[in-house]
Amino acid sequence: MLNHVHSLDRAFQALADPTRRAILESLTDRPRSVSELAEPLDMSLPGVLQHVQVLEGSGLIASEKVGRVRTCRLEPEALGDVERWIADRRSRWERRLDRLGDYLDARRRDPLDDERGGGS
Amino acid sequence: MSTKERSVTHGSFTLERTYPHPPERVFAAFAEAEAVRACFVEGEGWEVEAFDMDFRVGGRQTSSFRYRGGPLIHNDTVYQDIVPDERIIFAYTITAGGERISASLVTVEIRPRDRDAELTFTEHGAFLDGHDDVAGRESGTDGLLDALGEWLASSADGR
Repeated sequence: MLNHVHSLDRAFQALADPTRRAILESLTDRPRSVSELAEPLDMSLPGVLQHVQVLEGSGLIASEKVGRVRTCRLEPEALGDVERWIADRRSRWERRLDRLGDYLDARRRDPLDDERGGGS
Repeated sequence: MSTKERSVTHGSFTLERTYPHPPERVFAAFAEAEAVRACFVEGEGWEVEAFDMDFRVGGRQTSSFRYRGGPLIHNDTVYQDIVPDERIIFAYTITAGGERISASLVTVEIRPRDRDAELTFTEHGAFLDGHDDVAGRESGTDGLLDALGEWLASSADGR
């Protein structure tokens, strides 16, 4: 089984959580340390760190550890041209497969044809 | 002539559908020229200038089309594997405005499920040279990404 999680899916998954969105919003001002990020949130440091990891895994943020301090920054280019291009290709095929469904529905013959094994 | 910047990005995706039709019908939609043209080439905003299809292993399917009067886009498909009513594998390239923008391998699998057909569509693509999508943006995903970009930008300004 293919284990490819499309980067777009990861990004949307990362955004689906309000805590992570709050983290992203605070990072749009400037980079911040994990403890800075945790301050306004009603959450333990390890809890915040988990969210940071999900965001980093999605490519929406990057972080660096210097000594004991981990600093996070926004990566606004994450959903850039390349991802957009692949997502475009994917959704184009989604549409075609939808059209295929409509086409088959429109061309459906008498249901009895199928049982008789009728073809063209 | 300026030097062209070269790059390759690899991407894969899998799409799944269940159609309330027998597998043979779904397979036929990939195998018959009229169906292929209706489902995979035609579409709103697309002007088809040429279409040709030879459905056999090693056979080619080619088409040329424009999106809303844009650059000429050419699709060159070669069938790699055909198992009637079950599997089709094809390789295809897209050329837009004379430049090759992608080369992909697609596997289509069709399986019966009760009276329906389950289709799995898998594409592995090599997207070339950082080309923006010159075909024109139909994608709803694009709108979402633009909205996200604006939200990120406005969150910064709004403070």
